[in-house]
Amino acid sequence: MYEIRIHSRGGQGGVTAARLLALSAIHDGKYATACPFYGAERRGAPIVSFVRINDTPIKIYSQIKKPDMVVVLDASVMDVVDVLQGLKIGGKVLVNSAHKKEFAGFSTSHVDLTGIALRENLVVAGSPILNTPVLGALAKMGIISVDSAKKSIREMFTDERNVRAAEAAYTEMSA
Amino acid sequence: MLKCTSACAGCSDSLALRYVLKAAGPDTVLVVPACCTSVIQGIYPNTAFNIPVYNIAFGAAAACASGMSNAFRASGKKTNVIVYAGDGGTLDIGIQAMSGAFERGTDFLYICYDNEAYGNTGMQRSGGTPMGARTTTTPTGKTDAKKDIDAIIAAHNPPYMATACAAYPQDLFKKVQKALTFRGPSFIHILAPCPPGWRYSTEKSVEMGKLAVKSGMWVLYEREYGKLTINPQSKVAMKKPIPLEEYLAPQGRFRGIDAKTLELLRQHIAKNAKKLAAEEAEE
Amino acid sequence: MKKIATGNKAVAEAVKQVQPAVIAAYPITPQTEIVEQIAEFVSTGELKSRYIPVESEHSAMAACIGASITGIRTFTATSSHGLLYMHEMTNWAAGARLPIVMANVNRSIGPGWNIWAEHTDAMQERDTGWLQVYVSTVQEAYDATLMAFRIAEHNDVLLPVMVNLDGFSLSHIMQPLDTVELGDFIPPMHLPHAIDPKNPAGYGGLTGPDQHYKFRWDIERSMRDSVKVIETTEKDFAKRFGRKYGFTEDYRCDDADVVVVSMGTLGKEAEVAIDMLREESVKAGSMRLRWLRPFPKLDLRGKEVVVIDRDYSFGFGGILAKSIQAQQKTDVYSVIAGLGGQEVTYEDIADFIRKRRIGEEFWFGVSDHV
Repeated sequence: MYEIRIHSRGGQGGVTAARLLALSAIHDGKYATACPFYGAERRGAPIVSFVRINDTPIKIYSQIKKPDMVVVLDASVMDVVDVLQGLKIGGKVLVNSAHKKEFAGFSTSHVDLTGIALRENLVVAGSPILNTPVLGALAKMGIISVDSAKKSIREMFTDERNVRAAEAAYTEMSA
Repeated sequence: MLKCTSACAGCSDSLALRYVLKAAGPDTVLVVPACCTSVIQGIYPNTAFNIPVYNIAFGAAAACASGMSNAFRASGKKTNVIVYAGDGGTLDIGIQAMSGAFERGTDFLYICYDNEAYGNTGMQRSGGTPMGARTTTTPTGKTDAKKDIDAIIAAHNPPYMATACAAYPQDLFKKVQKALTFRGPSFIHILAPCPPGWRYSTEKSVEMGKLAVKSGMWVLYEREYGKLTINPQSKVAMKKPIPLEEYLAPQGRFRGIDAKTLELLRQHIAKNAKKLAAEEAEE
Repeated sequence: MKKIATGNKAVAEAVKQVQPAVIAAYPITPQTEIVEQIAEFVSTGELKSRYIPVESEHSAMAACIGASITGIRTFTATSSHGLLYMHEMTNWAAGARLPIVMANVNRSIGPGWNIWAEHTDAMQERDTGWLQVYVSTVQEAYDATLMAFRIAEHNDVLLPVMVNLDGFSLSHIMQPLDTVELGDFIPPMHLPHAIDPKNPAGYGGLTGPDQHYKFRWDIERSMRDSVKVIETTEKDFAKRFGRKYGFTEDYRCDDADVVVVSMGTLGKEAEVAIDMLREESVKAGSMRLRWLRPFPKLDLRGKEVVVIDRDYSFGFGGILAKSIQAQQKTDVYSVIAGLGGQEVTYEDIADFIRKRRIGEEFWFGVSDHV
């Protein structure tokens, strides 16, 4: 079982990112569940969502305590939240950032999702859309396949800029 | 009200509440049914208020307040009992209890802060949602008109009732102080612009409140023993209202409103202004 | 068709396919997405229903009763305090013999306000004459809602059915969902006592001490007959759509020495605990109870029984524990866990089983002997 925790702020689409990720895994023929943090979600407040991916049906509902991977969609939450809490030794970290990040003991990747979103003009109500390009990055990391990522994006969004942003993230991210 | 509530950025409810509590003073109990204010208080073991806040079930606020007020008065206490409820808990599920409390002449202040939807549960429509507004349960725009709760309250002949708006805090402050001088039920209906519900950016709440009044969609007035006084801001608005579009355009909830509904809203504004002006002149 | 959906969305999907003519509902966390999704389906025309945004839950059920007695299909959804507010009317719906289907998103009772999973809300409806099923996956939420309509409307039943799903733990979690082509799985509704001005009758008026008990027995008789209807419906569902259910979902119980009985998502997570314990050579099994009403005859002969109650009856005990104790005429280890969304993991469940003390009651987080 592969467990992923996604950090973002309310209103940034972290929950949608979890959903898209789970849907992509399902298109890959796996079993996946996704859930938002069970709290009062306020716009701007740090939130977490969880995704589990497995080859067989997932029977666990309790919160992920020891994720295999952590995704940080908004780097500013790292000032207030310990995003690495519980992360398994040797676990992976993916950060939305233009600059390289290092966390000792973990394998860290970064990709400028915000920059990509802005370049593709993927902006809604003043906020760059991060939940579709992040799928491209996750595909590059081998969590899901590129085809499934594109398929899920197209199922949820009609605007092709979302797919292009995912493709850009796939290309720009160093494996 | 203490620092660090759990309110959304740009919340009119907490803005209004600050002035309400300033006006009411420390010998006050707030009775709060399920609404945004339930969440704003924070989570156990903390509370964001330094007056007693009694949380009660959604439809029961006025009944609870009725019991509490009677109990205080029976023990000779003058403690202010103030219901602080949203539009859902007032116009819809709470209307039975409120009508009963008013009909019985209960000595309390009922404040309804109206963000025109069920905010706490995620912006579903309420009786207070205006015609044409999109909510999660009226995705193409509400087809029914906003329930006129002020007329319903007026029909109960309370000693004092008023409308207010979070964008005019001094006016609200004075009205709360005045309301608390009357014995018996009083009612204050506060327009509370809501960024996530009305879909505008969080720093514009005060601006939205002012536009509501200036367009005539919200009228500021008071009735003392039934005698109506329209407040100056609305007198100005009645003489020269700003175009309704100016108020509606910045709000995502009115996006795509059709011409027919727009016209109905304009007619409502005009009719309402005429009716209130006539009532005021009548004395 | 393969999708991913939350428990709430899955319920709404099922309702969309069943096409009730009238839906009356009032929002309450964590049920709101059901109501919102339904409103969206109605606005796009995918669901040809009249959606009545009533002013309270009591009115929601009253409206459903009014709609149902005309002979059309109706649906509502609620949770916790909404269900409690509805309670007078849920009694009425069952007494009026109306095949109303309701989704209840299990949530705890205040004060203090708590929006997370607990079963006490629906448990407090157990005496009303409503059939009750508790689901544990998104797929099951969808399937059970479809079946609920058929079961409720069956001529031998004509009682309302409540589909329960855990607040947040299931209502808000996304899992794969396979939707089906219904075909003629649900026959057209025929309500024998529907209002008909051409055949006027009085409904639910005064009945005296010499008559009233007969109506009460009538409800019970249909409740007993519903057992067969449930079995047949679930069998037919399995035949057409390939998914089997049952009054309980038993996991590794056959050769088990000890069985843990629970409902909802805990009943699924318990299976992970069972696998863990089996690795430790503990012969444990899990029995997830699905139907609370009619309460089935459980086969627990020769097993030690651990019961997890996500509910409580003050001054008495865990409702499931006491029910099982009475039926099986045996002591159980009664665990009270998960109240107000208290987190209970498969490791905790395994621990309940490992450290069981038959005949005792253990409040997880309070009692300290485990």
